[in-house]
Amino acid sequence: MNNKIYNNRAWWLILPMLLLVAFSAIIPLMTVVNYSVQDVFDANTRFFTGVEWFQETLNNPALQAALMRQFAFSLTVLAIEVPLGIGIALLMPKKGWQASAILILVTMPLLIPWNVVGSIWQIFTRGDIGLMGWGLRELGYGYNITRSAVDAWGTIILMDVWHWTPLIALLCYSGLRSIPDAYYQAARIDRASRWAVFRYIQLPKLTNVLVIGILLRFMHSFMIYAEPFVLTGGGPGNSTTFLSQSLTTMAIGQQDLGPSAAFSLIYFLIILLVCWVFYTAIMNLQKDKQQDKGA
Amino acid sequence: MNQPIPTTPEAVRKQAAAADARRRRQARPVSRQWRRRGLMTLYIVFVLLPVYWLLNMSFQSNSEILGALTLWPQDFTLEHYAKIFTDSNWYMGYVNSIAYVLMNMLISLAVALPAAYAFSRYRFIGDKHLFFWLLTNLMAPPAVFLLPYFQLYYTVGLFDTHVAVALAHCLFNIPLAVWILEGFMSSVPKEIDETAFIDGYSFPRFFVKIFIPMISSGIGVTLFFLFMFSWVELLLASTLTATSAQPIGSVMTQTKGASGIDWGALSAAGVLTILPGIVVVYFVRNHIAKGFALGRT
Repeated sequence: MNNKIYNNRAWWLILPMLLLVAFSAIIPLMTVVNYSVQDVFDANTRFFTGVEWFQETLNNPALQAALMRQFAFSLTVLAIEVPLGIGIALLMPKKGWQASAILILVTMPLLIPWNVVGSIWQIFTRGDIGLMGWGLRELGYGYNITRSAVDAWGTIILMDVWHWTPLIALLCYSGLRSIPDAYYQAARIDRASRWAVFRYIQLPKLTNVLVIGILLRFMHSFMIYAEPFVLTGGGPGNSTTFLSQSLTTMAIGQQDLGPSAAFSLIYFLIILLVCWVFYTAIMNLQKDKQQDKGA
Repeated sequence: MNQPIPTTPEAVRKQAAAADARRRRQARPVSRQWRRRGLMTLYIVFVLLPVYWLLNMSFQSNSEILGALTLWPQDFTLEHYAKIFTDSNWYMGYVNSIAYVLMNMLISLAVALPAAYAFSRYRFIGDKHLFFWLLTNLMAPPAVFLLPYFQLYYTVGLFDTHVAVALAHCLFNIPLAVWILEGFMSSVPKEIDETAFIDGYSFPRFFVKIFIPMISSGIGVTLFFLFMFSWVELLLASTLTATSAQPIGSVMTQTKGASGIDWGALSAAGVLTILPGIVVVYFVRNHIAKGFALGRT
C-alpha cells in the first residue's frame, strides 16, 4: 500500500467513472436537498422553509417507530445470520463434486429477484396453499401472518435468514479456503481442540471477510423493501413497515416532497454514519496487519 | 521402523502427509462426519423447501392449487409455462430485464476498470475521500433516489428505456465493481507493470494485453456481482419504466386479475427468474471461493 506512486494524472483514469456516478448520484442528491428545504406547491410556487421539514420528520412518531423497528430488524437478522453463516461455512465440503453442487445450491437464494423472494415466501406461508402455513396449522398452531404481528415478524426474519445467510456463508467459506493446511497440521501436533482451532486459527482469518459481510448485510437489511412489501405489505397494522416502505409511501403515494426529502437525507445520513464506522474499522484492521508484517 | 528413512525434503513431506492422513482418519470418527453431513443436509432442505414449493405450484393447474393441498402435482401441467412463452407481455419482461442487466454490466465494467487501476496503483489528491464517497453510494437506499431519478430521466427523455435502468443501477454497481476490482488488482505485483513499461508497452496496450488477462478471474467475479445486484433490484427498475422496458418483476405484480391472483402463472414466472441466476453461478463456481472475499483474504 505504501509503495503507490504519487501521480495526479491518475485522475484521468477516474474521470469517466466520476462523470457517470455524478450523473446518477450527485444530481439526484442535490434535487433531494433542494426539496428538503422548500415547500413546493407546483412548478412555479415554492417557499423556502429551512429546517422545518427536518424538525417535523424527526418528531414524527410514525417514522420514529419505523426507525426503531428497522434497527430491531437489522440487529436481529445480523445476530442470527452471522453465527449461522460461519457454521455453514465450516460444514461445507471443500473438495469434489459435492463442493460444487452445495456451492450452487447455497448461492441460489442470493440470485433470486427480491420481489420473487417475497412471492416465494408468500406462497410458502399462506394458510390455504402454502406448505409451511398449512403445516403449522395442521400442527395446531394458529399461524396467520395477516393477523398476528408476531407471526409476521417471525416469517420476515425467517425469510431474511433464508435469503441472506448464504452471503455470510460464502464469504466465510472463501476466508476458510485461504488458510494453509500447515496451520491445521501444526494444531494437530499441538493436539488443539476443535474449539481452539476455530478460535485461534479460523476466526482470526475470518475477521476481514466478516467485516465485509456484516457491512453488506447491515446496509441491505437497512434498505429492505421488496420482500416485506410483497409478503406482508407492511402489516398487520404497521408492525412490519420498515423505513424504505414508509419513505416510498410518503414520496410516491402521498407526494409529500418536502418531508420525504428531509426523511431521505436523515435516512441516508444514518447509513452513512454506520458505513463510516465500518470503513474506519476496515482501514485500521489493514493497518494493524501491515504493522504485524513489518514487525 | 518399517518405513525407510527419508533422504530428500520431498520424501519427508510426503511421509508426513501420509501420516497426517492416517491420523485424520482415526481422529475423526465416523459419527462426527455423519453429523456434519446431517446438519448440512438440514440446511440444504431449508434452502430448497420454499423453492420446491414454488416449482410444485408452477406445475399444478389453478384449480388444483386452490383445491386440496398436494405435496406434488397430481395432474402435471405445463400450461403456465406455455402461457409465459406465448404471451409477449410476459416474455418481453424477461427480455427487458436481461437487456438492462447486460447493458449495466458493460457500462459498469468499462468505467470501473481504469478507475480501479488508478486506485490500486496511484496516490493522488483526494483519493481516500473519493473512495469513501464511492462506497457511500453503495449504501444509498434506492428509495431515497426514487423521486429524483424519475424526474431526472423524465426530463432527459430516457424514461421507460433500458438505458435509464442500466444507468440508474450504476449508482450501486460502479462502486461495487471498483471496490472488488481494486482488491484483485492490488494483489497483482506492481513489478509486472514496471517490467511491461520498460519493455516498451504503451499503457492501453499493457492494460488490455497483459493486465486484464491477469485479473480475469477477478473480472469474472465482478461480473457475477454486477449481474446479481442488477438482476435482483426492482424498486428503481419498476419506477423508471412503464410499458416498453418493463422488467419481469413488475410484470409479475400484475397477475392479479378479476378472479384473484393467478398463483400458477406467478409461480412459473418465479421459477423462470431463478434459472438465469443458477446458470451464472454454474459458470463462476470455481472462482466463487476466492471471489466472494472480494480478493481480500
